[in-house]
Amino acid sequence: MRIRTAGVVAVLGLALAASGCGGSDNDKPAAKESAKAAGGKLVIWADDKRTAALKPFAEEFGKENGVTVEVQAVSKDLQTNFVTASQQGSGPDVVVGAHDWIGNLVQNGAIDPVQLGAEQKSAFNETAVKAVTFNGQLYGVPYATENVALIRNTELAPEAPKTIEELVATGKQLKAQKKASEILCLQSGQNGDAYHIYPLYTSGGGYLFGTAANGDYDPKDLGVGKPESIAAFQKIAKLGEKGEGALKRSITGENSIATFTGKKCAFLVSGPWAIADAKKANIKYDISPVPGFAGGKEAQPFVGVQAFYVAAKGKNKALAQEFVTNYVTKPELAVALYKAEPRPPALTAAFDQVKGEDPDLAKFQEAGKNGQVLPAIPAMAAIWDPFGKAEAAVIGGADPAQTITAAGKTIAGQIK
Amino acid sequence: MSTSLSGPEPATQAPGWEPVRRGLPRTPRTARNHAPITATGLLVKVILLGLVAGIAVWAAFPLIEAEHWIGLAILAVTTAGLFYLYLGRRHVPAKYLVPGTLFLIAFQVFPVLYTASTAFTNFGDGHRGSKDDAIVAIQSSSVKQVQGSTEYALSIATKGDPETGALVFLLSDPKTREVFAGDANGLRKLDAGQVTVSSLTGKVTAADGYTVLNIGQASGRSDAITALVVPTSGGAIRSNGLTRAYEGKAVRAYDPGCDCIKDNETGKTWRADAASGSFVAADGERLAQGWKVNVGLQNFSRVLTDPNISGPFFGTLLWNFAFAIGSTGLTFLLGMAIALALHSPRMRGTNLYRVVLILPYAMPSFAMLLVWRDMFNTDFGLVNNLFGLGVDWFGQTWTARAAVLLVQLWLGYPYMFLVTTGALQAIPRELTEATSVDGASPWQSFRSVTLPLLLVALSPLLIASFAYNFNNINAIWMTTEGGPFAPDNPTNGATDLLITYTYRLAFGAQGAEFGMAAAVSIFIFAIVATVSAISFRRTRKQEEVYS
Repeated sequence: MRIRTAGVVAVLGLALAASGCGGSDNDKPAAKESAKAAGGKLVIWADDKRTAALKPFAEEFGKENGVTVEVQAVSKDLQTNFVTASQQGSGPDVVVGAHDWIGNLVQNGAIDPVQLGAEQKSAFNETAVKAVTFNGQLYGVPYATENVALIRNTELAPEAPKTIEELVATGKQLKAQKKASEILCLQSGQNGDAYHIYPLYTSGGGYLFGTAANGDYDPKDLGVGKPESIAAFQKIAKLGEKGEGALKRSITGENSIATFTGKKCAFLVSGPWAIADAKKANIKYDISPVPGFAGGKEAQPFVGVQAFYVAAKGKNKALAQEFVTNYVTKPELAVALYKAEPRPPALTAAFDQVKGEDPDLAKFQEAGKNGQVLPAIPAMAAIWDPFGKAEAAVIGGADPAQTITAAGKTIAGQIK
Repeated sequence: MSTSLSGPEPATQAPGWEPVRRGLPRTPRTARNHAPITATGLLVKVILLGLVAGIAVWAAFPLIEAEHWIGLAILAVTTAGLFYLYLGRRHVPAKYLVPGTLFLIAFQVFPVLYTASTAFTNFGDGHRGSKDDAIVAIQSSSVKQVQGSTEYALSIATKGDPETGALVFLLSDPKTREVFAGDANGLRKLDAGQVTVSSLTGKVTAADGYTVLNIGQASGRSDAITALVVPTSGGAIRSNGLTRAYEGKAVRAYDPGCDCIKDNETGKTWRADAASGSFVAADGERLAQGWKVNVGLQNFSRVLTDPNISGPFFGTLLWNFAFAIGSTGLTFLLGMAIALALHSPRMRGTNLYRVVLILPYAMPSFAMLLVWRDMFNTDFGLVNNLFGLGVDWFGQTWTARAAVLLVQLWLGYPYMFLVTTGALQAIPRELTEATSVDGASPWQSFRSVTLPLLLVALSPLLIASFAYNFNNINAIWMTTEGGPFAPDNPTNGATDLLITYTYRLAFGAQGAEFGMAAAVSIFIFAIVATVSAISFRRTRKQEEVYS
């Protein structure tokens, strides 16, 4: 009896196991066959928005070449997930992301350089090519650029201010007339926002990294904590909560665009991503470069670039290179990606094509013409947090010299 | 009195558990002797064991593929052990213990050991893989196109079967229209008569003696194409995708003789430094691509000696305790007060109140934390607007601390309310009635009867809540991010917990440092474990007194 029960259990258990395996066995050959018929498989990782725009093109590429293309959306921490996955050998063949990831991706051996012919290279916006160049190598194929500009409500402020002082004067006047409750919507938050304050920082004379002989940023020449940076923050402090009240910590990344579209401030410092909201709210707006301080240097925003990368540990590298170097370089894809999210295409041909339909693009590019490429060196990761906090402290009324010196020390301590 | 005091023993558990606990020890004893074999029991057994076998087979294939023989052996032994245990009729206690133990090992012991082992390495950005990985990465990222070299249109071809035959690159020079065949032995010119070149793409579409692969076929052999390097005098021709090829040269190469990386252009060398897991030049310059090495106690000694870390450590630790105790204590007090109020027999509409009170618990805390953060905004936040205040909540040390505790209180009291309600219902009303008969005031009765009995039941939950809040990274990271920060110290803020503080240290600098993070988490583990152990010991004494 006892043995029989055990036997029944064992046989049934094995049968169940076998049927379980049978199921997966049935799946596998089918998958294999279709893969064989299609030749190879290309896996692309991108964020949600871009995945949607990429899908039709990826499918077309697959059909044209008889391969399977899978576009997978990674909605959170794409960079970290990509590095971890590629380390374990389960990563994609192609990844889409911002150019300032390059330093970290390279130090982890996660991406390979791409080889573009001179002719292909010249089809791109020069700044974009410069952004994806790291250690003298091209690491990605850019498709869009982005930078902040001054977006103003033309009903409240018909004229584009030439200096930040002019802007503050107009903003104060509007505030006095109760037409607006804020002078300027430039997001800071309690912990600052280095990206958005950067134009003012450069206009005040500050810099982040010096330039090395090969044209790259030099992590050894740190500008934060130098006298120039203190001078810049002294100017920023005058706009802060204890000064003009144009810069405030209560304006955060979450509420700055909403405050502008709610007509509570006439000026917004933001990028192309803010335009959709402004249009939705029926704001009459215009775009101009972020103005600098009177008598100061030019205000230079960061220029960021979105690019396609070839994974170093991808399973189908040749196909990935084919896709990135020969397919992404076509204007049609750049235009489609622009339609998914309106950032100026990096391909000159694509830019010219959409420029006619969308005058904002040219204005954004104009605002970013004198911009600085966002440093892609790994040392940049050490800047964001301390720099932002120093900014917030200065806006809140802390002593610029002491604050920036401390920030510089912290950053230098974190750079290896 | 004494009988009724020893009577409510179930007050130590949630009320519904009592019969199960009582019944359990008896069941196996009867089962051992003459348990009837029911059809349902047999079916459950078959399905569960079938699942075990299925999972084992499913997990075995990847292990075999990756040649993880140790892993495979563990899998086989575990599966065989499970079958032996549940097919036999002996070892009844083990049958109850093994599933829990397995899950404990898989989800608790293994992660803890893994964390502990990571703490002794430099694992992090730039030091993730092996030395070989680093060398491959350095070499392949140094391949540069040879100046002025030709860019060829590429066709992949073979003399044999398209799926297995040795590959040949058919290269056509777009300017001169010359065609070459290239393989690992070098380049060979092909006669114009032997080949057909597409006038549109410049690619070779057919060649005598070769089968030209289409892109679909070629992409199926991606690895072979990437691996094929055609040596030339100036460097080597490599494929760039499937339709183009270029002449490139690896500028940096690994030399096993000196265990170093050499740059052929500048002549600079970087020697392998096994202690730091990177290639270092004589002038101290490091190559970015390093590898994972054992660094011994370096991470631990850095935590103790680095003034940036150990300096603010005690201040942070103090606030960390205050935060954990404050969160737990305040939520418990409020939750208990409401539970007591609703427990009163004179209270009406208790069900409605209960539903309303549970609401904060039912909302996702992630979203709520973000909503609260915005409510504390100085100019646009609800709190200031509603009360007509101008308080810079997150900008000052004490207001920020009060604000995060307030948020915790709101998020946490429903839980305490729930568990207290449960425990209260298990305390017989006769007890409090008896005290009032004896002439005790309601406060005295609460103080000396209800509260001690409640605490016996709830102490483990309070300790768990303390341990959870001690490491409650979301509560801080999603509201203040640890701020406000002193102007001269951007690394340590007023509401920083140890966990947020070390998160910033480990992941905020130049890339993630998992080794460092693991070392710090071991320190935090030690602190929480000590506090919990002491509290549990005290609870046990209390239980002995009251049960």
